[in-house]
Amino acid sequence: MKGYRKYFGKKILWFIITFIVAVILNFILPRLMPVDPVAAITGKLAGQGATDASAVQRIYEHYTQEFGLDKPTYVQFGLFVKNALHGNFGISFSQYPRPVSEIISSAIVWTIALQLPAILLGWLIGNLLGALAAYIKKGFDKVLLPISLFLSNVPAFGMAVIMLVVFGVTLKIAPIAGGYAYDMIPHLSWDFIKSVISHYQLPFWSIVLVSIGGQAVGMRSMSIYELNADYVKYARFLGIKDRKIVGYVFRNAMLPQVTGLALSIGTMIGGALVAEIVFSYPGLGSTMYSAVTAADYPLISATTLIITVMVLIVTFVLDIIYGLIDPRVKAAQFE
Amino acid sequence: MKNTLRQVFHSPKFVAGFVIFALILLTMIIYPLFNPGNPLEQIGVGTFAKPGTYVSLYDAAKSPTETLRLADANDKRIASRLSDSDRVEMVEWFKIMNVSVEGLDISDTDALIDLWSANYDPSVRPQGMTNAKVNYYKRLNNQINELRSGDSILIADYDDEGNLIESKKISSEDYVNTKSVANVKFLPLGTDNFGRDVLKELVSATGTSIRIGLIAGIVATLIGLTFGLLAGYVGGVLDDVIMFVTNIFTVIPSFVLLILITYSLGQEQRGATVVATVIGFTSWTWTARSVRSQVISLRNRDHVNLSKLSGHSLLRIVLMDILPYIASYVVMAFILQVSSGILAEAQLSLLGLGPKTTQVPTLGLMMNWAMLYSAHTNGSWWAYFPVILVISLISFSLNLMNTGLDQVFNPTLRD
Repeated sequence: MKGYRKYFGKKILWFIITFIVAVILNFILPRLMPVDPVAAITGKLAGQGATDASAVQRIYEHYTQEFGLDKPTYVQFGLFVKNALHGNFGISFSQYPRPVSEIISSAIVWTIALQLPAILLGWLIGNLLGALAAYIKKGFDKVLLPISLFLSNVPAFGMAVIMLVVFGVTLKIAPIAGGYAYDMIPHLSWDFIKSVISHYQLPFWSIVLVSIGGQAVGMRSMSIYELNADYVKYARFLGIKDRKIVGYVFRNAMLPQVTGLALSIGTMIGGALVAEIVFSYPGLGSTMYSAVTAADYPLISATTLIITVMVLIVTFVLDIIYGLIDPRVKAAQFE
Repeated sequence: MKNTLRQVFHSPKFVAGFVIFALILLTMIIYPLFNPGNPLEQIGVGTFAKPGTYVSLYDAAKSPTETLRLADANDKRIASRLSDSDRVEMVEWFKIMNVSVEGLDISDTDALIDLWSANYDPSVRPQGMTNAKVNYYKRLNNQINELRSGDSILIADYDDEGNLIESKKISSEDYVNTKSVANVKFLPLGTDNFGRDVLKELVSATGTSIRIGLIAGIVATLIGLTFGLLAGYVGGVLDDVIMFVTNIFTVIPSFVLLILITYSLGQEQRGATVVATVIGFTSWTWTARSVRSQVISLRNRDHVNLSKLSGHSLLRIVLMDILPYIASYVVMAFILQVSSGILAEAQLSLLGLGPKTTQVPTLGLMMNWAMLYSAHTNGSWWAYFPVILVISLISFSLNLMNTGLDQVFNPTLRD
């Protein structure tokens, strides 16, 4: 168990350190800017019709106090961390008086339910196709590789728009916007679930298609590399069955793919979040979009923090899984 | 060097990618020569004019005409004026009148019109049909009759006393040579939501986006290369510190950093160059990591040790003895950075955090405006599809080049 403990301990330590840095960055980056955020906010509010000067003054004082901007920076940071730990991200400007935490908790469910299965399925299919392409090579490889290469280079939002136009607007197979029919209130009923599933199709498959392309290309190179390795040649000399060798090759090629997923998951989630906007899917991507367009600072800050935490957790889990399946970590136990 | 280049240009993948990219660049340079002017100029007043050739009706009306007797002219005229919904409504009428519509193809205008004139009777008023519907059918019938009769169109001018007098009669057999019409505008991709020429804007946007990608790539590669070389070659505490920072920024999604920084910068500060630099500053970690691991494998080679013994400076050893060995790798990483930089700009713009909108068009901004004006749901494919295609093609060509280079420099990957 010693090897595992050491590996996991190191990973947990890294997780905590990156988390702290992420929180600090989230706090510091907007405050580095020369403009006074509260003045910007009140300026916006005043532009929206609050013409009464004393009202604007009160709003200014309210936000200055709420963010503690009249206190020194380290006190502000303490306040920020304390509030974040309590899940208190303030009140949204654009959806006043809804608390930011409420908006985010309703959006995050949609994002996780959409992205996690889609990215996993895309990764799985992509790896299988990639290995197949490397193994069969002639012909199959020639057709699959350019297609996957091109597919992997279509941006996620582009794929989303194309799917939307082809299947939603032209063929009218699936609804084009929202997470459920707009005339429904979320509740637990057969109709609602059916509506959710039909709205799920387009965003889901567009993310799957994009991830397939990228993974297949990576897996193919990995498998070709492994197929030329000395142990494969040796195994062939020994007369070991082809199927068994392919099994070894696949396992060895998979390992870097797990790390690859861990390293690219942030980019993939980012791309998928933008794809959400195209479908007006009620997840974090659309929340972020509406927050940016409405200059809703508390909402932007909280969304970016939550996305960072999500990516950190997924990376951490992938690292743990990698530790469990990598024989080298296992071997470290016997040292 | 010459040999390496020859080897690189023997790789079919690299050549394919290179050709695609070169064609894009060439279009970017040549097209503005034929169609100069400000790409952001709003030529259309309406939104989303369809692709095609636009002939000035004003000029055409006064242009000299030729009479051409074309047998199918009338059929074509009726077919183009009869909308799909009109056709469906006509079938609806047949059904009400108990006329068999079996085997009737509504796109077959001839058959449809024949059946219509045989079965429509303006005096019949089917039971339960609303007034509006009855009147609609009457109008439709009049329109069809008018089209079939081929009546002339009169053009009238005001004379000195302010009375209308006929100045020209246009018959259905009059044709105007497009060459004699003074104003003919060819819009291969129509106009966008602001009434801008999409193709012109697209060419200019491609240029800006590639520039953004290049700047982002250069910034990211320079930072990554410096960090990687220092960490790998100097090692020790410096290595630990750099790797600590690099590891943290590998895990914190660059996407999030980009959003935070660009949002904090504010709309006024966000020029294309600023956005490109910010993208570069958030995407150097990959290069740093891989350069470091390559340098570590190089730093104890004999030629490096020999250089050290000869008392060469750190800078000289790094530049002369190490850099040439990882140059191919750095070029590949740079190519990937360029492509991901272009993509990052597009995604930022879609979120509304792209470069300032009034100065230059970028691919992301074009996409953003097309989405905001729902080009994707109102069928204006020319406003978004070419943009997606260009982004994909640029990224595809760069990745092909990268794969080609990879196969040249990593023999194990060769097919």
